[in-house]
Amino acid sequence: MLVELVKLNINGREVEAPAGSTILQAAELAGIEIPRLCYDKELSPLGACRLCVVEVKGNRLLPASCVTPISAGMVVDTESPAVAEARKTILELLIANHPLDCMTCDKLGDCKLADYCYKYGVKDSAFAGEKHDYAIDDSNPFIIRDLNKCILCGACVRACEELTGADNLSYLNRGFHRKATTAGDVDYIDSDNCVFCGQCVAVCPTGALTEKTLAGKARRWDIDRVRTTCPFCGTGCNFDLAVKEGKIIGVLSNPDAPVNQRMLCVKGRFGWDYIYNEKRLTSPLIKKNGKFETASWDEAYDLIATKFKEIKDKYGSESFAALSSARCTNEENFLVGKFTRAVMGTNNVDHCART
Amino acid sequence: MTNPISDILNETELMFLIGTNPTEAHPVIGYKMRKAARKGVKLVVCDPRHIDLVDEADYWLRLKPGTDIPLLNGLMHIIIKEGLEDKKFIEERTENYEELKAIVESYTPERVSELTGISVDDLYSVARLYAKTDKAMIFYTLGITEHICGTRNVMSCANLAMLTGHLGRPGCGVCPQRGQNNVQGACDMGALPNVFSGYQGVGVDAAREKHEKAWGVPLSGKVGLKIPEMFKAAHEGQVKAMYILGENPVLTDPDANHIRKALEHLEFLVVQELFLTETAEYADVILPAASFAECDGTFTNTERRVQRVRQAIDPIPGQANWQTICQMVTKMGYPMSYNDPSEIWDEMASLSPSMAGINYQRIDEMNSIQWPCPTTDHPGTPVLHVGKFTRGLGLFQPSEHIPPAEMPDAEYPFLLSTGRILQHYNVTTPYSPGISSIWDKEMSEVNPQDAEKLGVKTGDKLKVTSRRGEAITNVKVTDRVLPGVIWMSFHYNGTPTNALTSDGLDPITGTGEYKVAAVKLEKI
Ligand code: SF4
Ligand code: SF4
Ligand code: SF4
Ligand code: SF4
Repeated sequence: MLVELVKLNINGREVEAPAGSTILQAAELAGIEIPRLCYDKELSPLGACRLCVVEVKGNRLLPASCVTPISAGMVVDTESPAVAEARKTILELLIANHPLDCMTCDKLGDCKLADYCYKYGVKDSAFAGEKHDYAIDDSNPFIIRDLNKCILCGACVRACEELTGADNLSYLNRGFHRKATTAGDVDYIDSDNCVFCGQCVAVCPTGALTEKTLAGKARRWDIDRVRTTCPFCGTGCNFDLAVKEGKIIGVLSNPDAPVNQRMLCVKGRFGWDYIYNEKRLTSPLIKKNGKFETASWDEAYDLIATKFKEIKDKYGSESFAALSSARCTNEENFLVGKFTRAVMGTNNVDHCART
Repeated sequence: MTNPISDILNETELMFLIGTNPTEAHPVIGYKMRKAARKGVKLVVCDPRHIDLVDEADYWLRLKPGTDIPLLNGLMHIIIKEGLEDKKFIEERTENYEELKAIVESYTPERVSELTGISVDDLYSVARLYAKTDKAMIFYTLGITEHICGTRNVMSCANLAMLTGHLGRPGCGVCPQRGQNNVQGACDMGALPNVFSGYQGVGVDAAREKHEKAWGVPLSGKVGLKIPEMFKAAHEGQVKAMYILGENPVLTDPDANHIRKALEHLEFLVVQELFLTETAEYADVILPAASFAECDGTFTNTERRVQRVRQAIDPIPGQANWQTICQMVTKMGYPMSYNDPSEIWDEMASLSPSMAGINYQRIDEMNSIQWPCPTTDHPGTPVLHVGKFTRGLGLFQPSEHIPPAEMPDAEYPFLLSTGRILQHYNVTTPYSPGISSIWDKEMSEVNPQDAEKLGVKTGDKLKVTSRRGEAITNVKVTDRVLPGVIWMSFHYNGTPTNALTSDGLDPITGTGEYKVAAVKLEKI
């Protein structure tokens, strides 16, 4: 199927995009980023925050670029003075009831609200008024929910419904009391449908939803992100391990993940902490008189080498068998096969039956 | 999987699920299926249990446990009777069609309905829907393979796909979702008794000679022992020494007591593990292992996608697993030295034509590559069997109904079925403080009718006894399971479910029949 390309002008540049694209998508294709809060390319468009407004020649209103389709010959300015002014007003309205505790907020550095306020020089609000006093929900081990910082972009509601399909979140009340929350406004842990996939956290543009393990551990810009593959099932999701000073403090979604984009499940997002379980074995152990005693690597290898050779000499190669692991890497599995075949002289190698 | 996961949302028009519970065992795949179903992709779920995706399904075929072959044969019977088979595909790309036709002939809708418990109407509707939909995918996992007839079940799924030409195209295919994260990779790497990496038979002279040359030693052409045979041989005294890397068969393999006895019989056992597991307790030497976050390497997912595992922190035991293996083997007089895991991969790739085009640099550039990928300018292969099957013609391998090895009787009146739950993964997640603070004990599922007879409610305890062992479990009363069935997971050492499971094995793969065993239940 050939998609027709439409020509238009954005910020003085001639660009092309497939027919049916929105202005925001066309700009993105041309490498021009339009500020947005409620728009998320993995979710259905909402057109609610209006931060993505742009100026379109011949149009007296400023349309929201995330829901306005392109047309041939359109002339768009994404950063005109009128646009900047409009964005400033929107941001001032958004922070009118916002706690503004960026100094201690775990999201700063990855908070779109703070980033855009910085960009448009918004410090305080002409509309400052009543603030919320919602209790913080940290009832579960994974997610902290501080709805005082919620800007009602609806990304969490859409992610829960459209990505996971858990349908655990919706809107409650009207006006100032409007909330994006669970049915009955209960804590996550008490909500019926939460599967703790954390998709809502991954898409939240502010500090309203954050990973509990990261709380107070690092400013976002001090986190090293190491991209890796999930060890918990055969789907093969990718994510970033968040590392600070040589220690893992959490998992962060990586939108470039080939299989899953930002989607994960409870195991992938929150199961990594087994790594620091104090029961981890840290040195070789040798059983003496029925009890395990700590040994050096060399002692362990010497004993293994002697015993394996002895048994091979006495009973033959077929008296040895190796069980490799469907949890370990390809490289480790290859080495176990090579060891069994080339050194022990047998093909008695298999991996756990529980496929 | 013959086809990529992305086909679920981008290509297919029908998902046919049999013996798989994706939202728990492969959650992100399950979430994508739910999304696809909600945007109008048809969904058929064949499962005795009321799994989550039943709520999104167009058809739920609640078959009796262990009757997958009659169901699949019954669908094929209707398809052939109504002339809905893909004659061109059968003619050009398959062989042995006549035998299939002969065998499914006797699986009339009425007989199949009797055997499976599914209505005749539903059988007709689903058979027509699957056959008439242009792009349809079949998904299965352990609910199909963990039976004595596991291999036959798998073949029957393939028969259905071939009969209707649902193979070798986007949005079609037969898609087993691999359970453990790197089952695909462990097989690809030749951690199997019959093949080297890249599925090159140990009995094939050319393959063996190639490896002998690369490794500088003569190699055995005799096919080795599969897991159940290893433990049997250990039990009987032929296998004397074992090396076990990162697995805990005492908890995860069927008939745990038999495994314990086998391990006791060994003269020498080495276990390389993260934790002092039930299996490690039997070791003479334990080597501490590093977790996935402490090693460089690769995993291969269920769609043959090779992706990087990257070291994020220093290994907690001081060194990565590949280093430990190399040092151990070098100590035995066979020098193994690599500067880093990419060199191990390169050695493997140089010996394995189907992966020869993959290296770390390309994975870094492309994020991932799906094998077969024979050369470094090959883009990888998302869809298998396009135009031609690996073996040439697709072979129909029909099968008659094979009932489970052990069925409930007067003494053991309940049917035990086992599987995974969302929150846990074999033997690592129970060590996650976060996860185990919420999900810390087995909650076996029992139907309300049975609960009433047994006098238990959710949270009460049951003793479950089979011919092989017993376990204590908490109960969750739910109509997710049929009356007469108890469903348990196998993640908790407080409830060693595999002390109960059947000793029945698929004679071809040696996979245990985890899905059906007979037990009795007592309130305690
Ligand atoms: S959510 Fe953003 S704007 Fe609000 S306090 Fe946190 S960093 Fe600042
Ligand atoms: S964690 Fe997942 S299921 Fe729970 S509310 Fe967030 S998105 Fe929904
Ligand atoms: S919690 Fe976050 S994602 Fe949800 S509506 Fe509020 S700001 Fe948006
Ligand atoms: S995040 Fe969940 S679905 Fe994805 S690979 Fe890990 S365990 Fe599987």
